[in-house]
Amino acid sequence: MASGEVIKRAKYKTSVKDPGTPGVLKMTWDKLVLVPNNPNSAMKLDVSFKSIKGYKNTKEGSNKPPWLNLSNNQGGSYIFEFDSYSDMHVCRDFVGKALGRSGDAPAVASGRSDVILPDERISTSEMELRIKLLRENRELQALHKQLVIGGILTEAEFWATRTKLLEKESSKKSKQRPGFKSAMISDIKPSTDGLTNKVTFNLTPEIILQIFAERPAVHAAFLTRVPSKMTEKDFWTKYFKAEYIHSTRNAIAAAAEAAEDEDLAIFLKNDDILAKEARQKIRQVDPTVNMEADIGDDYTHLPDHGFFLDDGKEASESQYEQYRRTLAHDINHHAAVVLEGRVLEMDLDDTRTIAEALAKSKRADVGNGDSDRNFNQGTIARVSRLTEIEGLQALNGPPVAPLCIKDPRDYFDSQVNALEVLGDQSSGAERSKCPLSSKDAYGSLRDCISKIKAKGIHEPVIKPKDALQVFNALTHDISRTKYGAGENRQQSVLDKLPVETKGQLLQHWTSIQELLRHFWSSYPISSSYLYAKVTRLKDAMSQIYPQLEEIKKSVPAKHKQHVSVLVRQMHQALDAAFQHYDVDMQKRSAASGERPNGYV
Amino acid sequence: MPSSSSSSAPTPAAPSKMYADDVSVVVVLLDANPFFWSSAASPLPFSSFLSHVLPFLNSVLLMNQMNQLVVIATGRNYCDYIYDSSAPTNRKTGNGKMTALSCDLVAKLEEFVVKDEKLGKGESNGAVMSSLLSGSLSMALCFIQRIFRSGTFHPHPRILCLHGSPDGPEQYVAIMNAIFSAQRSMVPIDSCYIGALNSAFLQQASYITGGVYLKPQLMDGLLQYLTTVFATDLHSRAFLQLPKSVGVDFRASCFCHKKTIDMGYICSVCISIFCKHHKKCLTCGSVFGQAQSDAASETNKRKTIRT
Repeated sequence: MASGEVIKRAKYKTSVKDPGTPGVLKMTWDKLVLVPNNPNSAMKLDVSFKSIKGYKNTKEGSNKPPWLNLSNNQGGSYIFEFDSYSDMHVCRDFVGKALGRSGDAPAVASGRSDVILPDERISTSEMELRIKLLRENRELQALHKQLVIGGILTEAEFWATRTKLLEKESSKKSKQRPGFKSAMISDIKPSTDGLTNKVTFNLTPEIILQIFAERPAVHAAFLTRVPSKMTEKDFWTKYFKAEYIHSTRNAIAAAAEAAEDEDLAIFLKNDDILAKEARQKIRQVDPTVNMEADIGDDYTHLPDHGFFLDDGKEASESQYEQYRRTLAHDINHHAAVVLEGRVLEMDLDDTRTIAEALAKSKRADVGNGDSDRNFNQGTIARVSRLTEIEGLQALNGPPVAPLCIKDPRDYFDSQVNALEVLGDQSSGAERSKCPLSSKDAYGSLRDCISKIKAKGIHEPVIKPKDALQVFNALTHDISRTKYGAGENRQQSVLDKLPVETKGQLLQHWTSIQELLRHFWSSYPISSSYLYAKVTRLKDAMSQIYPQLEEIKKSVPAKHKQHVSVLVRQMHQALDAAFQHYDVDMQKRSAASGERPNGYV
Repeated sequence: MPSSSSSSAPTPAAPSKMYADDVSVVVVLLDANPFFWSSAASPLPFSSFLSHVLPFLNSVLLMNQMNQLVVIATGRNYCDYIYDSSAPTNRKTGNGKMTALSCDLVAKLEEFVVKDEKLGKGESNGAVMSSLLSGSLSMALCFIQRIFRSGTFHPHPRILCLHGSPDGPEQYVAIMNAIFSAQRSMVPIDSCYIGALNSAFLQQASYITGGVYLKPQLMDGLLQYLTTVFATDLHSRAFLQLPKSVGVDFRASCFCHKKTIDMGYICSVCISIFCKHHKKCLTCGSVFGQAQSDAASETNKRKTIRT
């Protein structure tokens, strides 16, 4: 690699999505040249290393093609896709040396703040996220194209404000851990070749892990005996032999075999460790009973009134009890293990490592769990709380002093005063006057009543058309309050505009927002980089300004008002930015105006 | 203050056990204020009003055999029961022109008006006076309490207020007390207000207790309004869309002068409302401001001097 140049075949891409122009990349210490294979293509590239300030590349081993991304001073980037990773590595090393040689370390030349520097070595996963986001979000893609590819913003700046989006994307990646299979391990079927009497079991690390998780006694036996007392192959042979004996459901035979072979005995007997765990769990069950009756206590509607008729149990002999395995027990335990999930996340190669890792994780679990003592205290507290039944308690005195009216007479006296006061005031002129004296009023009321008594109720009480009118009015009112209340029934202004205008306006709006965000965040200008950035942004904004004017003019008359309102807002935002820029420039020129000869 | 008269009576705050879903017990408060009915504020004459209300009451009893109806008349000076559907003294048949209910009710109503007039002092200062809504609300709630404590199975009662007279601010405290007690017993108060402007009391009552407030626009169709909105039982209301009040007038009256006020002073102990600043709460006697601590320190000083 001592030669001063590197020549490799590469494809040159202007952006990540660009398919790339194939060509030949030639790099010397001071510049790099790309000659496209197609002589008519306009993508010839001749870049001096002085303008290159950093590089990134995709990692070998990821699914991405070998890319080398060189970013230049103006914020643009050149992406080269190589045929192989080794090619890319060669070029990358060369670029690094070239950059080092040209005397400008990537960090210093750009004058960037430290925050941006680590970004230059952007990881492949980050790159993937960005590409994915761009692919999914059309608007973002358009914005990216306009700003970054157009050279107004750099990639880093563009993505700097969107870290949240990237985070969200990355968290969307499924972090699911595959769990155990729900098929029971007793279903592991061996394969037989029809010739010999041998059966062959195929054990994968997954199966072994599941066996160890479900049968802690087997796990313990493995740890103690292999490889000291027996080989792994012997171990598994004995294990499957025991499984076979169990499958015959012959407890007596199991006892006989166990008596002969001590190792087999471990597999044949019931799992001690499991039993211990089960006993511990039983201790942790809540002894309190909730006496409140609910729908579940309604036994009268169940068939048989809730009594379950039992089949008689077979008489069993106690000495064979420990060799008997019940299906229910197996299924329950299997289900418990599967639901608990797998805790190991490592490469499962060797049985020994599996066993040890499982043992370690189990020890960690036990250490974290509640100790019995704490648990008992908790139970006692809970029990004491729950046995209080309201009706059985002695009446407590009220916890607070009751509100008492100190002197009832005060209250009623105030009422009397109020009545007297009221006699003079009548609140609201809304009350209409009753022209009649009380005698007349009562008289007229009595007349009404006697009229009804004499004539009966006026028939028909209500005319059909009035009833219909009432129905309609009520329906209208009810549906209005139900569906219409609180909703703005007006369509949004934007929807009324023709589609292209709306699209253009929205796009301009988003780009203006982005530009302004970067613009305002660059102030106060503290470095030449920021100065350059601000100038770039201002140029871009000045370009957008007349485009908005054009939109305003091109819109048909009926929408002109709405559009002009929207455009005016955008103009105002831009004007504020321009004003600030001008003021700042003046200050700078005033400050630097002291220097003679126009030094800046 | 919960207290049970019999061991089987439910606590007053708990809802009753219904033996069938769609039975209702309705307590109707009928406005019989002569000053309102004879004034220009009433949109229809009392006879028309009765001719709409009586068929409605009949139809309520028609909907279910077990329905119970109680009518309380709200007069100017007096309130009384004028009909109880479960009373054994009801007549069985009508008189050909009207149903039994209507005959009984009208007869009782006549007696009621006579008595109301007798109790009045005969004053009339030209303003339409309010009727005794607080009295009839309290009577209704007492009746409902009697139902609660009877121990038998009964459907959940509700109150329907057919009212037209304007609000009397002097009744504010009593009405609010009745409303809160209805809220606690979970008794909805529905109101059909046929007066000129909205009644703040009835709007608040329906809002707080979860009832329906209606101000009918077409008086000719009053019967239709009543049967559409107020005839159904409480259980079926879960499936129906009933008119919702868009706004509620929450104005209160001050406790000292009974003026309707929007802003005032409130005692932090008993939440009584006053229109102007007082040193002491008129309801609960708690002293406002610094006076308490000064009094305490004074007594301390006196004690030390003595010792």
